Parts: sequence; C-alpha cells; structure tokens
Amino acid sequence: MPDALLEVDRISKRYGEVVALREMTFEVRAGEMFGFVGSNGAGKTTTMRIALGVLTADSGQVRWKGAPLTFETRRRIGYMPEERGLYPKMKVAEQLVYLAELHGLSAAAARRAAGEWIERLGLGARRQEEVQKLSLGNQQRVQLAAALVHEPEVLVLDEPFSGLDPVAVEVMSQVLREKCDDGVPVVFSSHQLDLVERLCDRVGIVRKGQMVACGTVDELHEGGPARVRVRVEGAGPRWVEALEGVQVVDKLNGSVVLELSEGVDDQAVLRAAQDAGPVREFAPHRPSLSELFRNVVTEETAA
Amino acid sequence: MTPPTPLSPARAVWLVSRRELNTRVRSKAFLFGTLALVLVIALYAGLMFFMGKSSNTSTIGFTGQATVVSEPLKNSLQAMGKDVETQSVPDVRSGERLVSEGKLDALVAGAPGALKVIVEDGLGDSLRSALDGVARQQALDAQLAEAGLDVNKVNREVAAAGVEVQTLKPVDPERGQRMMLAFAVVFLLFFSIQTVGQLVAQGVVEEKSSRVVEILLSTVRPWQLLLGKVLGVGLVGLIQLVVVGALGLVAASATGVLTIQGVAFGTLMSALGWYVLGFFLVATMLASAAALVSRQEDLSSVITPVVLTLVLAFVVGINLLTGNPQSPWVEWLSLIPPFSPIIMPGRAALGLAPAWQVAMAVVITIAALAAVLWLGSRIYRNAVLRTGARVKLRDALKAE
Repeated sequence: MPDALLEVDRISKRYGEVVALREMTFEVRAGEMFGFVGSNGAGKTTTMRIALGVLTADSGQVRWKGAPLTFETRRRIGYMPEERGLYPKMKVAEQLVYLAELHGLSAAAARRAAGEWIERLGLGARRQEEVQKLSLGNQQRVQLAAALVHEPEVLVLDEPFSGLDPVAVEVMSQVLREKCDDGVPVVFSSHQLDLVERLCDRVGIVRKGQMVACGTVDELHEGGPARVRVRVEGAGPRWVEALEGVQVVDKLNGSVVLELSEGVDDQAVLRAAQDAGPVREFAPHRPSLSELFRNVVTEETAA
Repeated sequence: MTPPTPLSPARAVWLVSRRELNTRVRSKAFLFGTLALVLVIALYAGLMFFMGKSSNTSTIGFTGQATVVSEPLKNSLQAMGKDVETQSVPDVRSGERLVSEGKLDALVAGAPGALKVIVEDGLGDSLRSALDGVARQQALDAQLAEAGLDVNKVNREVAAAGVEVQTLKPVDPERGQRMMLAFAVVFLLFFSIQTVGQLVAQGVVEEKSSRVVEILLSTVRPWQLLLGKVLGVGLVGLIQLVVVGALGLVAASATGVLTIQGVAFGTLMSALGWYVLGFFLVATMLASAAALVSRQEDLSSVITPVVLTLVLAFVVGINLLTGNPQSPWVEWLSLIPPFSPIIMPGRAALGLAPAWQVAMAVVITIAALAAVLWLGSRIYRNAVLRTGARVKLRDALKAE
C-alpha cells in the first residue's frame, strides 16, 4: 500500500487579475500534524478548498497516496470549512448522522459514529438541540464532530481553534493528536502561532499565495544567524554596543536577545557580559514561531 | 474503522431528499400552510354553497288584488329556473317598508289588469318578463272571456304549442360545477407550485448562507444535491396537495356543492400529475436563481421574475377560463410552459381540452423541463459555491 501521503503539488489559482495561489506546494505525511500559517488573504483557505474539490485549481494537482484526488477519494477527507457550515435548524445528532451517511456510512454505522463523537466532545446533553441554539464554542465542537464523524483518512481543518475557550482548545488538540497518532495526516490553519508551534510537527508559512517557509520550527530557523538570550544583573543593554557583529533584536523580561553575525564567538560575548555584571542567564535562543513569522512578514514589507 | 463504502448517486439523492422531507413535514410551517390551504378550500366550497342557495331565490310580496297573480307568477318563474317565495302583505305601505329593508325583493300591487311593481333599485330581467307575461295573460284571459271562448281550453292549447329545439352544442348542465373545479384546480396548482417552489429557493440559500453547502459538495455532486432537494421538497408539496385536494373533494361532495365526483376525481389526479411537472420546472428555475445569491434578503430580487410569470399565468388563466374559456388565447397559453401546468388542468376540468392538446402540453412541458434541468444545474453548479456578492447570471452560465 502506498504511503498515506497528502501532496499539494504546485497548485495555482487566480481570480481575474488577482493571483490567489502561485505554485503552492507542500506535503503532509501519515501521522503528521501540519500547521498552515499566514496573514489573512495569503491563500490558506483557497488551498484547502481546492484540496476538497470545492474549488478547482487553474493548474497543479493534489494527490493522496500517490494518486490525484478524485471525487471518491475526497470523501475520505474530514473537512472543517473556515466559515462554519451546519444546518442551523437541524438537531445536533440528526445533523451528524446525515453528514456521516452522506459520506458513505450505513445508517447504523452513522448513528454509532455520531453517538461516539457527541459523547467524546462533551455534547451529550445537547444532542437533541438545534445547532443555532448552541453557544459558539459548542457549535464549533459540532463542526469538529462533523469533520470526524465519517472516520476520515485525512483531516483538513480551516481555523479549527478560532473562537474556542481554553477547555475546548484542549479537547480539540487532544482529538487531533489522537487522530494523528492513528496515522491520519492532519492539516490545519491557525493564527494562534503558539498553538501551532506546540502541536504541529511541521509548519508552512504562506505569503501572497506562495509557500515561503516549510518544515519543523527548528528547520525553519536553520541557516539563520545564531541568537543567544542573555541576562546580566543590574546592567542595561549598553555593554552590547561595544561588541562587533552583535545586535540586540529583542528584549524580554530583563533579558536581551542578541543576534550574532557569522564568525562571532559566543564565548567572547559571554566574557563581555561577565565584565558588565553577574550573568544570570546565557542560553542559545530558539526563536518562537511568532518571531519567525514576523521575520517573514518583515521580509515581505522590505521586499 | 468503518470501511468506506462508495456512495451511489441514487443513495446520495435519496439521502438529500429524505432530509428535506423529514425536516419539512415535521415543521410548523408545513402544518400551518396545509391548514391555511384547507381553510381556503373550505371557505371556497362554503361560498359556492351559499351562493348556490341565495342567488336563485327571490321573495316577492303581494298585496290586495294582486295576490291572485302570485300562483301564475311563481309557476312562470320556476319554469325559468328561479325559486320564488311568495308572501302576502296587508297594504302597500308596509310592503314598501319590507322592500326597502331588503326583506322582499319586489312588491306586486294593483289590480290584475294594471299590475304595479315596487322594487328597491331595479327589476331583474327574469322577474320583469315573468310579470309582463302574467299581465299579458290577464289581459288575454279577459279578452278571451269577452269573446265567449273557453279560456282554459285556449290556454292549454297555447301552452302545448312551441318549437322543437335541437341543440348542436348543448350547454353542459355540469358547467357550473366544472367551472368551480377549474377555479379550484388552477388556484391550488398556482399556490402549491409557487409556495413550495419558493421553499426550494429558500433551502438553497439557507445552505449557501450557512456554508453547509461546502461540506455537502465535498461529498455529493451539485446535481445530486439539487435533484434531491427538488424531489424532497416537491414530495412535501405533493403530500399537501393530496391532503387538501381529498379534503376539498369530500367536503364539496358532503355539502352537495359537487355532484360530479368522477370528473372531480379525474381532475384531482391530473392536477397531481401537472403539479409534478410544473413543480419540477419552476423549482429548478427557482433553485438555480437562488444559487446566485448568498443571503435570504437578496433572494426576492432573483426569484421575482419567475414568481411573477407564475402570477401572470394564474391571473390570466383565471380570467380567461371564467370569462372566455373557448378563446384561442386560452388554447395557446395552455400549451406553453410555464403557463401550461396551471391553465391546462383548468381547461381540462371544464371539459374543453381535447386529449391531443393535453398530450401536446405534457410533451412540451417535459421538453422544457429537460432544458431547464440542464441549464439550471449548470447555473447551480457554477454559482452555489461563490459566496458574497450576487453572482451574475452570465458568469454562472459561462464559468468552466
């Protein structure tokens, strides 16, 4: 059996004069959680809609297990659209059974799966309520259940965490992790970068319809200049000014984040810090995803 | 893990239509809509019942010597098909009061040779000619008696004389009832196709505005969704029509308004057939128009042309059928969709549609239906996923 691999291969899409996607390319492997980040309008939603066949690409291909996605194989994807889509006047249980059946489950299997996910996502008391009467958080849970109810082999979720309270975020993360551990490739987009960083095995940063960086957070930072975080008691950042090839890029909680140009010896920096005062912290700084993202955005404005 | 079973197109359509049927038949809107229709039909039958009673009965008062003409007058009016109640009134003054109060339709006074009629605003033609006839008879009787002839014998012979009438096109004695049927069937079809068709349009926009269509279309094809929706909602309308039609038939038969049950049953059956054709045609047009917009508020702007065409068919149909059912206009309009599903069953109820014309109308409607289905599913497919601003019809037609 070919690997459970979801490949997005150079898809492009334009709306009239506007280029929405330009050769968007990435892949998500079995059991991998892929975070999709980018500013609004960067092309995340368009990519997902194309993967689901809701939109057609002008060129490029989406492949699943090595073969182009067809209408039949798309049915095996669990999808959560950005703008939530459920029948407002339909009851929770009925709605989930309906969607499961539409995805090819038998009536009995659909009822069973709907029941399981309703319990699992803590909607037991709401199963007979109309979706429009639920709180936003609960509607979101139903939406997740709708994406999961047909035991999908791939999950594509557009902003699954937006609007969730911390408890729901935890439930959602657990469920996604579990699916992932079952070998299901999971792609989701989010603006909550800390969450993406915590959950995802790999991350793709999109800008203006193009993938500009793709890999693990560590990989994304590789090749960039080395950074250290230093805290010197009782000294301002003044001592840094004397150092050649060292720049303060950030200040957090009394520490400074220094960027060292190539060839700068971090031990020399440590000695200079010690001269300035007692050193309480001196560690390599792993930039957060937000910082990486900020860099990408800065490059964008600079370009 | 459940093994994935491919979803056959038939099952997809069935699932979609079952959902429509389930959610709608249980809804309050369906219940109240059906009740409202039943009420309208009941009112209509009741109206027919009372109109049938009151329009032919007139009450005539007689006073003084004029009382002697009450019997002959009653007989001659009954011969014209009018029911008369007679009443003797003590004097002219009190008779006049009764007339002005509306308790008497006319007061006859004066001597048999010089009859005088008092009415409120005008004398009906039949009453006038009956009174004239009675007055002439009185004068004739007097002359005959003076000439020494046997008045009764002459009258008998005169009464026996007459022309033999041979009708080439006999007036259908069931004409009135057929007209009532035609009116009912045209109204029901118009109402049903229009309201249930709009339910389809609302359903399309509901799916679009709630974005659930995005999930649906990742697993079913647009035509399956469209067809399932039209079938499901159409079935709801059919159930409603059967219930209302059957109740109307029973009520009209029970009150004696309707005595031609066979014709009525046939009319109801053909109405159901026409409903299926007409509904499919109109619902597909409405659904594809509805796919152009994303909000319920914008819906009326796109479906108005279709709805107005239907209203036109109804108004023109009713006017022509009741006023001039034999006109060539009716004949033409009853052949052309979307007029045919509303007008043809009305014509047929009147017994004025030759079988070949009915067949032709069915064939033309089916052809139109095929065209509308093809075009409509194309528009629907191209427009239903474009949310936001209203999609231009031209763009929806040409995309992809």
